[in-house]
Amino acid sequence: MMNAERVLDALGDPTRRLVFKRLREGNRSVTELARGLDVSRPAVSQHLKVLRTAGLAVVRTEGTRRLYAIDTRGIEAARSWLDGFWDNALVAFKAAAEGEAAKERKPR
Amino acid sequence: MTEPTVPADTDPNSVRKVMNVQAHTVLAWRVFTEKMGTWWPLAVYKIGKTKAVDAIIEPRVGGRWYERGDDGSTCQWGSVLSWEPPSRLVLSWDIDANWQYDPDLKTEIEVRFIAEGRDATRVELEHRKLDRYGARRDEMRRIFDTEGDWGRLLAMFAARAVEETRA
Repeated sequence: MMNAERVLDALGDPTRRLVFKRLREGNRSVTELARGLDVSRPAVSQHLKVLRTAGLAVVRTEGTRRLYAIDTRGIEAARSWLDGFWDNALVAFKAAAEGEAAKERKPR
Repeated sequence: MTEPTVPADTDPNSVRKVMNVQAHTVLAWRVFTEKMGTWWPLAVYKIGKTKAVDAIIEPRVGGRWYERGDDGSTCQWGSVLSWEPPSRLVLSWDIDANWQYDPDLKTEIEVRFIAEGRDATRVELEHRKLDRYGARRDEMRRIFDTEGDWGRLLAMFAARAVEETRA
């Protein structure tokens, strides 16, 4: 079980989110990931390390290349962490009902 | 904003919530049942593969409770067990621990709308028969209830973050 809190922290960084998004397009090397991003290779490596620790990325070796890919375990962890299902739903319901009530009260 | 309160109740097979709403009971009922699609957190709480655009409760006992995707497809969540406007609604929640529809699951959600004066309603929700989740009961109970003091806003952020990365 991955640590959801780590996943949320990892995705809290915009550059890291960008790296993560690019991984979704397919397996990539660090060089490929750095290309087009306004970040140095070592910085990308650092981001990948965080993503791996969070369970959002995996690395495998193909010949002499190290390729990074999406790891879905982190996403699952974040999803199942979305506890407070009914709290979230009821807070949203309250807002909607009170919005409707305010509309009704509005003088015509 | 008022957070829902959790009554001092630790029934392992049930989650209970109370929410006070500044709207009269008929309106609260209507928004909950007829306009569910306007407030249900469809970005997060849905099971279909496509983007969910509406949540629908067919207004009768035996009616279906389902989500509709932007491609017109539907995914059932449960059924209407009691339909007593504007005061009591019982739905079955037939989504298993893997977030798949299972018509035999039959956990139950009872929602009561209790007038508190003219323009306010006390909404009581109980999600029960969680024992139907078997070995995964506690895990599911935690999802339906709130865990520790995680903030709702953080949860919303998490939802957005997950959605964004999936986009």
